[in-house]
Amino acid sequence: MRSKAAPRTGVDWFLTFLRVLLSGLVLFGLVAFLWQQIDPGNPLASAINPDANRLSWDAFQGLVISGLSQGAMYGLIALGYSMVYGVLGFINFAHGEVFMVGAMTGMITSNKLFEAGVWEDNFLLAILITVLVSVICSTVTAVVTERIAYRPLRGSPRLIPLITSIGVSFFIQNTSAVLLGPGAKSYPRLPDWLRDDIGIGPFDIEGKKLLVLVVAGVSMGALWYLVERTKTGKAMRAVAEDKEIASLMGIDVDRTIVTTFAVGGAMAGVAGILWGILFGSVTEFTGFLPGIKAFSAAVVGGIGNLGGAMAGGLTLGSSESLAPQLVLEPLGVTGHTQLKDAVAFLVLIFVLLVKPTGLFGERLSAEDRA
Amino acid sequence: MSGTMNTDEAIVLAPARGAFDQDWRKLVNWGLICALALIFVSLTDMPDKLDKRVIVEPLLSMGYLSLIWIPIALGNLVTREVVLEGMTQHKKGLRELVAGVSVGAIGGAGLALLIWLLDTRDLSDPLVNWNDALLEVLSFGEGVGYGAIFWILASAGLGLVGGALHLLPTIANRLLFAISLTIVLTASLESALDDISEGFRLEWLFEALFEKKGGLSVQGAIILAVFAIAWVLVLGGQAKRGRAAVAARRELSPMKVNTVGLALIAVAAVVLPMFLGRLTNDLLTNVGLFLLLALGLNIVVGLAGILDLGYVAFFAVGGYTAAIMTSPSSPGLSPELPWWVAIFVVVFMAIVAGLFIGAPVIRMRGDYLAIVTLGFGEIIRLTVRSDWASGFTGGAQGILSIPGADIVGVATVQGTDPQQVLYLVIGFVAIAIYVSWRLENSRIGRAWMAVREDESVAEAMGINTVNSKLQAFVVGAILASFSGAIFAAKVGSVFESSFKILVSIVILVIVIVGGMGRIAGVAAGALVLVGILGGPNQPGLLAEFSEFKLLIYGALLIWMMLKRPEGLIPNVRRSRELHQEEFLQDAWLKAQANDDDDEAASGEVAPA
Repeated sequence: MRSKAAPRTGVDWFLTFLRVLLSGLVLFGLVAFLWQQIDPGNPLASAINPDANRLSWDAFQGLVISGLSQGAMYGLIALGYSMVYGVLGFINFAHGEVFMVGAMTGMITSNKLFEAGVWEDNFLLAILITVLVSVICSTVTAVVTERIAYRPLRGSPRLIPLITSIGVSFFIQNTSAVLLGPGAKSYPRLPDWLRDDIGIGPFDIEGKKLLVLVVAGVSMGALWYLVERTKTGKAMRAVAEDKEIASLMGIDVDRTIVTTFAVGGAMAGVAGILWGILFGSVTEFTGFLPGIKAFSAAVVGGIGNLGGAMAGGLTLGSSESLAPQLVLEPLGVTGHTQLKDAVAFLVLIFVLLVKPTGLFGERLSAEDRA
Repeated sequence: MSGTMNTDEAIVLAPARGAFDQDWRKLVNWGLICALALIFVSLTDMPDKLDKRVIVEPLLSMGYLSLIWIPIALGNLVTREVVLEGMTQHKKGLRELVAGVSVGAIGGAGLALLIWLLDTRDLSDPLVNWNDALLEVLSFGEGVGYGAIFWILASAGLGLVGGALHLLPTIANRLLFAISLTIVLTASLESALDDISEGFRLEWLFEALFEKKGGLSVQGAIILAVFAIAWVLVLGGQAKRGRAAVAARRELSPMKVNTVGLALIAVAAVVLPMFLGRLTNDLLTNVGLFLLLALGLNIVVGLAGILDLGYVAFFAVGGYTAAIMTSPSSPGLSPELPWWVAIFVVVFMAIVAGLFIGAPVIRMRGDYLAIVTLGFGEIIRLTVRSDWASGFTGGAQGILSIPGADIVGVATVQGTDPQQVLYLVIGFVAIAIYVSWRLENSRIGRAWMAVREDESVAEAMGINTVNSKLQAFVVGAILASFSGAIFAAKVGSVFESSFKILVSIVILVIVIVGGMGRIAGVAAGALVLVGILGGPNQPGLLAEFSEFKLLIYGALLIWMMLKRPEGLIPNVRRSRELHQEEFLQDAWLKAQANDDDDEAASGEVAPA
């Protein structure tokens, strides 16, 4: 972005200092943690936080698994951010709300199915119907949003659609609160086989978390096939590269953009169901934090890069779940689990400071990179 | 419509088209939009919950108003045409009426369907407002058939009114607009007017306008209508001439402001609080606090073009610093400084926070910056709440028993006395307005605007973009921290829940709805939004709206960005930037008109 010859100003020095400080803290915390696992009485660990506990293997793998399953969900949402950013070059702030719509409609459908008895008799059929309904609702929400709020603004300065999408996010959130009532609403009880642990190698994974990982993997594979192997995907990549030339090549740009929103919405719908399965309840604010975290995941992985979005989601999810124990506790931060959400944002800031293009490189057209 | 007013050559009107020469598909689409809008508003339960808020006593309540504006607006918009130069413009006639009626009727049919479904089905499981109370309000308690037929007819009639607005001369449209605005606004201000009329011994006027049990009386509405007509016909012309004179003077000396107007506002700010009651003072204090925040964000977003979504962080820094410095019960550090000394610490902390948050984000792309600042806002709130920092901030318990604001030992502003707090707020708002105004027209303000318009060009012009953006960040941070410090003294306690991201978004809505980059716009935005609808945690005059205000904020934000991104009271330069394309097009058209040679122009210039 800036020429190398530019003189280093105070701000640059401060940024360098910040980079070193953050990396140092993370490294220090990790070393103290590892040393503590080997020898609890060592001077480094006990000097800073003598109360730190050793982490058992069970607890550790529990953290890893829940981090990964949450991360897979973030990854699914992040795909929508990444694709829209790749194609239109703006942050669709309302994408988190699309995810919330998926979780909400999933809650309504599954409860209706539970009342009808289908949920308990034939769980697979019930979950299939639920996923179908959620995916349809999320997709419709995403497409309608694009049509009403974003299409008229195409070509305006980048911040204008971003502000609009904040409005959309606000609107959908409060629509849910007003129409469906505020507060948490719960999913029906999952069948036992999803609540039991399943042993895979050295890991004992709770069934629902395994399900989340599998579903995320399958969706990711399907998306990869769509984008890399089909004509629609080719059109999407072409539009992301250069809209004008793509239209000259006979690609219907408007339709491709709608497809992008639809696919992103469908992924968010799937993620919404996964949220319901993982946490069992949903509120109108469900979409807000996971949405921002998913955007962070997209940035961490390199925006515009679909594999990167998934990898970024997994990175963010696991660091969010592990960092409080691995880095914050050895540093003597009390009540570190309360800072879980803050960790997610710190990861974003850290990555943007150290490697602004994300861990796996961003893929954007020349005009969006500016 | 406006085309007939300002162009030199009169546009020739083609004869009106036939009444049934319609684009029927478009009508059906608009009708369905109308139906969806009516059903949506009904299901939000606005008609029922706002029914108690009466506008004109037996005739109209806010609840029904939330429905009836829809067919009028859509019936009007469906036949609205953007008339470009060279296009044929037809005379308005029966065609517009037919279109309005059809849109309204389809909308009404949608509502009738809802009424029927309300009666026969029970969807109250997901939809919490699906109940008999809603049915009762929609069908006036007279049964389903009555309600259904009433709404189809009424909605068609309202659509007809909307279409008919096209046929009326401009002056009649303006009159109608002025009358309805005056009536609705006066009714919204009812409790404030009650309060003010007591202060000024004008109870007789209030009683003449309003009914005892709430709402304007019919005669009150007529008085207001007459007043509105007089305003438009007589006084409005005077004001316009005055404005033209001011504009002419500005042409001569652009730095001069209307000193008379400013002096009037200053006198009002000093005198008015003495005559106001508790309620209005408290309300204006909230408006002032948000105005202070909005003025700060206006510098950051409006002048420097940095979209800071974590602006609430500085509000929190101000509030918590003031609380820790002054409160005797602050858990960690408790110097118990007087408020006016604490304010220096607050400013210092705001500068530190502004630099600390600003420096890492300043080089980022504008949209990344938005999300990262939002992240910082959350980090600060989460940290303040956590056990880790609770030794200083009290965690979720917050900091209590903050004494009022002590001004250099001369006076003590009690947080419990709204009038004193209002004076304090007015003082700081005056400082903020002065600072904003001076900065805007200074070297640094011009640097900000240059950075906003094009960063690389600004840099090429020799502006240190990093420094000027950081300066904007810090100035914004200081103004927000003032607001936080007053907030702490006013409420007497601080909790992390007062500093949610929601606050940032509401401030952003105020700035955008009012007019980015324009002080008067921001002031109007704060007055209307916070004063009438209410802030994130503060009730406004329309307390019944508290459930819907965030929904309305969201819708307003979308609508403003789509239709009027420059805001209600726009900054001239900013609005030119936003409508650059149209300006270029106008220039292009003008060039074309001057150019006799047709074909040369059509090939060469491609509008960007």
